[in-house]
Amino acid sequence: MIDYLREIISGTWSLFVGLGITIRYFFQPVVTVQYPYETLPMTPRFRGHIELVKDEETGETKCIVCGMCQKACPSNCITVNGEKREGVKGKVLTEYTLDFTKCSLCGLCVESCTPKAITFSKDYNLAGVRKEAYIFDLKKRLEAKN
Amino acid sequence: MSAFAKSEANETFVLNLGPQHPATHGVLRVKLTMDGEYIVEAEPVLGYIHRMHEKMGENRTWAQFLPNTGRMDYLHALAYNHGYVSVVERAAGIAVPERAEYLRVITAELNRVSSHLLWFGAFILDLGGFSPLLYAFDDREHILDLLESVTGSRLTYCYFRFGGVYNDIDENFVAGTRAFIKRLRDRMPMYHNLVTKNIILMTRLKEIGPISAEMCRKYGATGPVCRGSGINFDVRKHEPYSVYPEFDFEVPVYEQCDSMARYMVRMDEIEQSLRIVEQALDKLPDGPVMAEKVPKIIKPPKGDYYHAVETARGSFGVRVVSDGSNTPYRLKLRAPTFSNLSLFGEACQGMLLPDALALMGSLDLVIPEIDR
Ligand code: SF4
Ligand code: SF4
Repeated sequence: MIDYLREIISGTWSLFVGLGITIRYFFQPVVTVQYPYETLPMTPRFRGHIELVKDEETGETKCIVCGMCQKACPSNCITVNGEKREGVKGKVLTEYTLDFTKCSLCGLCVESCTPKAITFSKDYNLAGVRKEAYIFDLKKRLEAKN
Repeated sequence: MSAFAKSEANETFVLNLGPQHPATHGVLRVKLTMDGEYIVEAEPVLGYIHRMHEKMGENRTWAQFLPNTGRMDYLHALAYNHGYVSVVERAAGIAVPERAEYLRVITAELNRVSSHLLWFGAFILDLGGFSPLLYAFDDREHILDLLESVTGSRLTYCYFRFGGVYNDIDENFVAGTRAFIKRLRDRMPMYHNLVTKNIILMTRLKEIGPISAEMCRKYGATGPVCRGSGINFDVRKHEPYSVYPEFDFEVPVYEQCDSMARYMVRMDEIEQSLRIVEQALDKLPDGPVMAEKVPKIIKPPKGDYYHAVETARGSFGVRVVSDGSNTPYRLKLRAPTFSNLSLFGEACQGMLLPDALALMGSLDLVIPEIDR
């Protein structure tokens, strides 16, 4: 009987302790961010989808069309094409397409690229209703930036 | 066995739990044969999100399988990274610099804490308490931010590489982690006051869902499930890998075999993981984070290799068979939750439905890892 009463009292007390905690936290500053209106800064190492890097000197891409990134990618999302041009050493990039629908953001392509011609973008607001919205023409994106 | 009221006519009915049951954070279906509120038989039906990870591994190069590892157990992805890179390193004979091993331990342990925090929130949610989830996610958010600052992603990490890790940490990470350890230590008493000592939680968990040590052995249960049944087994301690032998930590073991014991094991493990991280930060050696001579195309010599790691849910083993080519000949993944779930059918016989849900929550199921 005594144990029974004791349990009721300690049990009720435990509920009040919990309530006390929630009340205390109720008056503390809010920890959430009202997302579309406020955003948090991205960390510098955030890995978004990949992007071609601009060569500061020439303003063109650094890509030498070696195809290493294409080979490294586990999901075959990269298509690289190039052509020989008069008076230019090596190949010139004509197409760089990323099929973002399949990309797993692993970063193996970036690591495999010796001239460091690709990097991660900081885009994360990627919502769309059509598949085509995620087939990125990275060469065009780079040119659009220039 | 609890008082098992059989109805006169011996009538039973089938109740489908899932495949989209909110209490099972994934797509698991449990076919329950019920006699009123009591469970006569439970049969987990798996495979709704089977993605052939093993077969995928056999169809791509050794390195290309890396991103897959983070997508099995999305809550403790780094331990899965660790298991896979370790077995390939063992196969190919790659030595890992000490600093890289330390970084692996630090990040994997932080990831374990975040996994336990999420389990804690979701488990209480299964039992009907909403607010602890929000407190747990507040703390977990700090870990995600820390890990994002080194790995670049928030959930499905792909941070470890053969021979090291992908990025070195910086001062901010060290300072942030130390601040986080202090913060979480200060918050733990709050969790215990708010949840552990709560009378409703105690009555819902104590002596509910008994899983005997024998049953654990029979089904191969590992992790907090077996440690809650008095079996002192932790891969980090008993088959040490990486630099774990250098740290002083305990393996929490509870003898009660009930859901409360499994709850307590995980809560204690949070503190032990924080201890490991703290010691690792203190002892962190300088040096490279990537081995120097890692061949670009890995071709391990012919052979059969195995490596197990302790994830937040138990022991995860990877067996690879190499035929000397640039793809694995066979890749076998031993996932802990698959075994932990297998005992559910036997353990919940004769239990009330809400109690069985408490038992299921205490198993900490991650469905993508069961289905693989
Ligand atoms: S991040 Fe990974 S999956 Fe995405 S394009 Fe690069 S290699 Fe392919
Ligand atoms: S690896 Fe780099 S240089 Fe080679 S094709 Fe890809 S982006 Fe271009």
